[in-house]
Parts: sequence; C-alpha cells; structure tokens
Amino acid sequence: MHPAPSIIAFTTLSGMGLGLLVFLGLGITAPTGLAAFLWFGLGYGLTIAGLAASAFHLGHPERALKAFTQWRSSWLSREAVLATAALVIMAPHAAGSVFWNMPLAGFGLIGGVLSLMTILATAMIYAQLRTVPRWHHWTTPAVFLLAGLTGGALLAGQPLIGQLLLAWLAVALALHWMLGDRQFALTGSTLGTATGLGARGRVRQLEPPHSGQNYLMREMIHVVGRKHALKLRVLALLGAAIVPSLLLWLMPFSVFALSAAAILHLMGMLASRWLFFAQAEHVVGLYYGQR
Amino acid sequence: MTTLPQTTEKKLGLVIDLDTCVGCHACVVSCKGWNTENYGAPLSDVDPYGADPVGTFLNRVHTYEVTPDDGASAFAVHMPKSCLHCEDAPCVTVCPTGASYKRTEDGIVLVNEQDCIGCGLCAWACPYGAREMDALAGVMKKCTLCVDRIYNDTLPEEDRVPACVRTCPAGARHFGDLGDDSSAVSKLVSERDGIDLMPEQGTKPVNKYLPPRLRDALPAAAAPMPTDPETQGLDGFLGWIDRTLERF
Repeated sequence: MHPAPSIIAFTTLSGMGLGLLVFLGLGITAPTGLAAFLWFGLGYGLTIAGLAASAFHLGHPERALKAFTQWRSSWLSREAVLATAALVIMAPHAAGSVFWNMPLAGFGLIGGVLSLMTILATAMIYAQLRTVPRWHHWTTPAVFLLAGLTGGALLAGQPLIGQLLLAWLAVALALHWMLGDRQFALTGSTLGTATGLGARGRVRQLEPPHSGQNYLMREMIHVVGRKHALKLRVLALLGAAIVPSLLLWLMPFSVFALSAAAILHLMGMLASRWLFFAQAEHVVGLYYGQR
Repeated sequence: MTTLPQTTEKKLGLVIDLDTCVGCHACVVSCKGWNTENYGAPLSDVDPYGADPVGTFLNRVHTYEVTPDDGASAFAVHMPKSCLHCEDAPCVTVCPTGASYKRTEDGIVLVNEQDCIGCGLCAWACPYGAREMDALAGVMKKCTLCVDRIYNDTLPEEDRVPACVRTCPAGARHFGDLGDDSSAVSKLVSERDGIDLMPEQGTKPVNKYLPPRLRDALPAAAAPMPTDPETQGLDGFLGWIDRTLERF
C-alpha cells in the first residue's frame, strides 16, 4: 500500500497523544497548574496535529463533518466520533487540573477510556480490510494499542510502566511482522482465484489494461518498500522499543533519559508505521501480475 | 446509511462471457464517454497528451494467458473488469459519510458524490479495484451500471442498458436481473457454470463471468524430425550426388 506521509504522521502522532491522554485521564500521572497545562497541551496538541494531518489526505476536507454520521457501520466514522468525544469529555478534567488545582476524576476516567477506544478504532480501520491480508490480523490492533500506550507512558513520565509496555510492544511488532509474512498465502487468493481461471490451468498476465500507471496501482501496489524491509524492521525495533528500554534501564528516573526514549520511540514508530503501509500487499495487485 | 440492505428487490448486474470477449476495449471507451458526458463528475485524465498520462476508468480490460496443466493448448482470455455490485459489498460499510450505498430496489452500489470526502477507504476495501478516486474531482468514481440509462425513458428502448453492454460488438456482455432465476442472464449463468471472482473474499459478487468453453485438443504431436538428415538406401541420381559429396 502507498505509504502516505499524512497517514503515517496521523496514526503515529495521534496514537502517542491519545496514549498520553489515557495516562492523564486515568490519573496515573496527575499534574496540576503549569505542569498540567504543558502535559495536557502536549496530549491535545499531538492528537489534534495528527487529526489535522489526516485531513490533508482527504479529497474534500471541507465535508469532513459528514464523517461523524456513519458510526453504526464504519470504523473510520467511529474513530472521528470517539476522538472528538475523548477530547471534549477530557476537557473539564484538563481545565480543572490546570486552573483550579482540581482534577475531575470522572471526566478524566471516561475521557481516558474513550482515548484508548479511539486508538482501537484507528487500528480497526486497517484490521477490518480483508483485501490487505497483512493488516487483517489481531496483531494490528495489538501494535496500535501498545504503541499508543508506550508512547503515552514515556511522555507521561512513567518509566516502570513504560519498561513493561516497551517489552510488550517489541513482542507485538515482531509477531505482527512474522505472522504478517504468512497472511497473504493463508487467504488463498491467487491470480487463479482473482480471474476464476485457476481451475483451468496456470494463469499469467499477458497484457495490462493500459500501458501507463493508474490510481489503483499507485495506491495499492508499492514494491520499493519491501526491498529494505529487514533492515527497516531492525531499525524500527531498535528505535521503537529496545534502545528506549535500555535508556530507561540505565537511567530510570532521569528526565533526559525519558525524553530521549520518547523521541527515539517516536522515530522507531514512524519507521515501523511506514513499513506497515509499504509492506502491506493488496489483493488487487494480483490482477496486475504484481503484489 | 452505509449499512447494507438485508435483501434487494432485484439484483441488477452484468454477465461477461470470457469466451466471446475479443479484447477490443470498446466497452472501456464507451463507458468513459458516457460517464464523462453525463451523471456526476467527469472521468478526468491528467497529462493526457504528455509523457505520463493517467486517467480514471470505471472499466478496464485485462488480458491473461492460461496454460492448462493437462497439456492442452494454452489460450488467452480478455477480462473486462468493473464493479461487481457485490451483495456483501465491503466498500459500502467502510464509508464514514454515507456517500456509498447499495440500493434496496435493484442492488446497484452507488456513490453520492456530494457526500464523498475522498478518503479513499472504499477503494482499499474493494478486492477488485472497481473504485478509482478521480484526481481532479477528488471524489470516488465507480460503475453506476449506467443508472442514468437503464431507467431513462427519453432513450430508445434498446439503449436502456449499460453503455458497455450496448456497445460490445461481440455480444460478450449481458445485462439483467441476476436475482430472478428465469431471467436470460440467470439462465446463461446456470448453463455455462458462471463463476465469481475471488469468492474467498466473501463479497458475494452479483456480476458473473462465463469461463471459456473447453477447446478442442490438438492431435497427438508427430514424431520429432531427425536432426541429421537420413540418406541411407538413397539410390539413383540423388544417391550418386550424396555419395560424391560425401567424399569431399
């Protein structure tokens, strides 16, 4: 799949921001005054920056409000509704913490749970697609949830929870990659099933519909990303989980180590999210004799 | 609503005969023409006369080669592909705005272009590549089954079929109600063992494809030609030439 920078930025940044809001909402990190202003500001800022980045991906961003209507069937619509609900319901808790030294635990709790559900909804947009076998797997929501929570724990200044989550994230990433490599073959989709001619013999593309590119090929068939997949996986795993974990182990209560770990984790997650798209193969590629 | 109807009154769709299609692309052209001049945003081309032209099409013809495992001769198949108007259309349920919908009355899957935000998720959800985002209009385009022809009383009756069906010079495309077992298209599907594309995707396509009929097998291949010409026992004038030349 085409790794659009706007979607990679959106899923990574808003995931991290929502993860931070989970910790702030549930009161695991409970700042007040200026500290609360900065912390909630970071959580809201990252989430809103991500949502704004995703709007750049739309053909008609001015109609984005319509995306709040189809929550009964569409995960994308649910994500929009949940994200907005999370940010709105969290607001009294944030304002109480910042201005009146009075966190409102009820709003925080609901806001925190909604933030977590928003990350899940984002993951399900991808995990629901049978057409992209690598995504259509339980490891997709596992990676998204753990990545959001890990980033949130590092930003929220929670080194112990962070350590635990970093380890789980490393396992989830490795499983997502290893199990994901088998997913396409497991669907059984081949050019034979795609054309229905497989029962008659070996099928091969003789001539594509047009001699040029088209929207489908640019959007769904992305080969370049797979060439360096192994190197990128190692870099992503080191950046997103292993090096931050070592940093926290060496300097568990240093602000510098936490910040460095958070930045490294973000870099690693951006690489891993790029791979998430670039490596994913859409079944429509079969019609073009490509994957 | 982007939830799918439980049942539809009709299942309008296409039956495409892979044995008859000659791969002329006339359906591609007529589709592009009708859907650019009529309902909805035109199907744009970008850089049409330049080095790297790309454009939006609702119907594309692929060509494949099939080599039978039993040694029968290989054959080529032209495969026009457009929206299959699936009963369990994954492109509809993913739509966040309600722009995508499946009609209860005839099962046609349509996009309300005024509601489409151009997020592209429906194109990702379709296994067949039936939806294409128009680069200029920024909205999703797809086959409408020429909904503005088939019910159009201002057209002569013979024109009230999709443009691709009307134009096909080989008669490889058939239009009708696949929900009605007595319809001509349904009979064609049962007589010719019509097939679904990628049934493992669980989309339950309405459009069916008629597989190529079995071909006559070639007679058993003759014994291979000897690599060196055999001249043993040659007599007369040719035998003399052969023996004389052999001496040099």
